Amino acid sequence: MLSRTAAMLYWMARYVERAENHARILDVAHRMSLLSKDPELQHQEWFAPLNITGTVFPFKGRHSLVCAKEVLHYMALDPNNPGSIYNCARQARENARAVRGTITSEMWEVLNSTWIELQNMDERRMYEKGVGAFFEWVKERSHLFRGVTLGTMRRDEAFQFHRLGTYLERADNTARIIDAKYHILLPSAGDVGGAVDYYQWSAVLRCVSAYESFRKVYRDAITPLRVAELLILRVDIPRSLHFCMHDVYEILRTVQNSYSGEATRQSGEVHAALKFGRVQDIFAKGLHEYLTDFLNATSRLSAEINSAFFAASFPSETLAITATGLQPTQLQNQTSSSS
Amino acid sequence: MAPKPFFNEMYDSAGQARPHYAAFAEWLKNTSPKKIAQNREAADMLFHRVGITFAVYGESTGTERLIPFDIVPHIIPGSSWEMISTGLNQRVKALNAFLHDVYHDQEILKAGKIPAAAVLENSQFRKEMIGVQVPGGIYAHVAGIDLVKDGDGEYYVLEDNLRTPSGVSYLLENRKMMMRLFPELFAEQRIRPVDHYPDLLLETLRNAAPAGVDHPTIVLLTPGHFNSAYFEHAFLAQQMGIELVEGSDLFVQDDTVFMRTTHGPRKVDVIYRRIDDDFIDPLAFRADSMIGVPGLMRAYRAGRVSLANAMGTGVADDKSIYPFVPEMIRFYLGEEPVLKNVHTWMLGKPADLEYVLAHMQDLVIKEAQGSGGYGMLIGPASSREEREKYRQRILDAPARFIAQPTLALSAVPTFVDKSLAPRHIDLRPYVLSGKEAKFVPGGLTRVALREGSLVVNSSQGGGVKDTWVVD
Repeated sequence: MLSRTAAMLYWMARYVERAENHARILDVAHRMSLLSKDPELQHQEWFAPLNITGTVFPFKGRHSLVCAKEVLHYMALDPNNPGSIYNCARQARENARAVRGTITSEMWEVLNSTWIELQNMDERRMYEKGVGAFFEWVKERSHLFRGVTLGTMRRDEAFQFHRLGTYLERADNTARIIDAKYHILLPSAGDVGGAVDYYQWSAVLRCVSAYESFRKVYRDAITPLRVAELLILRVDIPRSLHFCMHDVYEILRTVQNSYSGEATRQSGEVHAALKFGRVQDIFAKGLHEYLTDFLNATSRLSAEINSAFFAASFPSETLAITATGLQPTQLQNQTSSSS
Repeated sequence: MAPKPFFNEMYDSAGQARPHYAAFAEWLKNTSPKKIAQNREAADMLFHRVGITFAVYGESTGTERLIPFDIVPHIIPGSSWEMISTGLNQRVKALNAFLHDVYHDQEILKAGKIPAAAVLENSQFRKEMIGVQVPGGIYAHVAGIDLVKDGDGEYYVLEDNLRTPSGVSYLLENRKMMMRLFPELFAEQRIRPVDHYPDLLLETLRNAAPAGVDHPTIVLLTPGHFNSAYFEHAFLAQQMGIELVEGSDLFVQDDTVFMRTTHGPRKVDVIYRRIDDDFIDPLAFRADSMIGVPGLMRAYRAGRVSLANAMGTGVADDKSIYPFVPEMIRFYLGEEPVLKNVHTWMLGKPADLEYVLAHMQDLVIKEAQGSGGYGMLIGPASSREEREKYRQRILDAPARFIAQPTLALSAVPTFVDKSLAPRHIDLRPYVLSGKEAKFVPGGLTRVALREGSLVVNSSQGGGVKDTWVVD
């Protein structure tokens, strides 16, 4: 398929997944802040979404206070925040529009109508609807899109690039969610095992829809170790790092081309570490350090995928050389930058 | 001046539904206004959700609008369609013969049937195409021929569109919408189907492949998703199962066109291009084109890739060439034209200029190069100042203008607010040319939504209707 089409499908999927995860993160922050009367803790709860999405700095550039109303607006509806749910939906729809010849009409209609509805949404309407109901709606639109995709899209290369974007984005988001919660808990380490700690960790589980699975798997108390094991190492939890990277590795082997060897290798390396890793070793190294390494590895992998499939296999020199009338070099030379 | 009486497609002068509208009129009478109102709303919502929009030039970028859709169809009796399709077939055949001729032996110029200067000095004449052999001698693979019916009930060709005619996606979507909203109408009578258009188009494109290519790779080349017709490009590519490419997805190496895919370069054989000649190759034409493919023209001239439509078709659909089409039909086919031309004054001729300037308020005056309804003067609807301004423009360069009588375009009842009122229409059938001409019955009916307006272009507030050929 066209490199540009593959890139747009991949980004379409990433933006849909990102919108859903942002809704999940905000939903948890919202619920947690309702539980707590302590202004300091509330402040932390609303700081977390910014921290997870790496937008503390741009947010503080425009807002003096980290409080519910501002963070909610900034992350859900702010057209000036490139990562807001509003912008994720817009980007997903723009990418879909550019490849609507490749996706099914049902997929396009879901993203298009989501975007049309979101354009009619403002802060007043969001509160009227109920903040929780709004996040529920975002998640449902994402669920619907996933279902429509699974139910209508041909299992071709386009489908694989859509999945690739979904799982890479999800792995990234889950890692950030665990990391941010871990951060919040650190200052109040004395609270470990206390009520707040319990709610914090169960909130992480609920955030990634894994609370019920945790109960079924462990039938035991919620501890950081178990939560980390579930969300990092279990291969049967659809939002865990292992699950996502298992699929990323498998997809990269399916769509491989002559430039993608390094991307496959990197994903295999990350996958193997998750497959054979032990949670004790992760905690010995430090959960935060471990997750930081993981996020760096996936970001390197994203860059590698970009050069293998979307960009570098066809350097812009091809155009420049022809345009200046110089003798074009052999195709092999121009397309071998990553082999 | 009182407006000329127009032909009402649905009702005769006694207010009776014409026979081919009888079934629809009956349905309309028996259907509650509430149901119709609900379905009209549903149609709007569906078009929006499906995203059948077009961009409007001159408004802020990214503005997407719906083309208003009216639920009262334009119905054509089967017998009229036989006449129309015979005429279209004949006309497009002659136009293709003309294109082949002017880029080869120029017999028609030698015979003095068309002044050589009108062709050779036309800005749409591409000397790069002289002597180039195109597969099957077909230049205009896809033609959109705009037809109108005058007050006398007779069809006239208003203009030929042989470059990158658009609108066929609306034809298909309008039908889909009508079938979704009013399935009972389709059960009651035989309405000829249109949804096989993408198959016919694909077959036409396949036939256009360079000689010796048995399984051609076909792509649709779009200027990109900010183009006003992007929806249509994506729609057709999807319906035909071919790649929708932008200029930057293609490159030329050793006079061969490739597309950039996830598995490396892949050779391209046929390009259904929806980019104008001027922008298609910055090395051959406009160097500032960002949407073209450098080197494409060389590959094309070498016969390594086919373009549909061919380069240089604009010389046959130019308004200054239009008056000669009946002559082409006689010259190449030895037949009398089935479809009439509208009488046209060429303002480059002193006698015509004098007549037109004296009768500006009765005539429609257009630029020979214009399209989309931009920059024309509709005499009867114009003010004294507008005519005065236009007169100055004409006098600056008379040869750039043509004039035609104001036709009393036929009308179809159309929902305006909550009631029906006649609104003027035109009809654009699409003609596909390969070994033989192919059509889907009917075409795209465009309707001028403002009372009395004769301008049907979507960019000027026009809407669309489903078109039925009934037996």
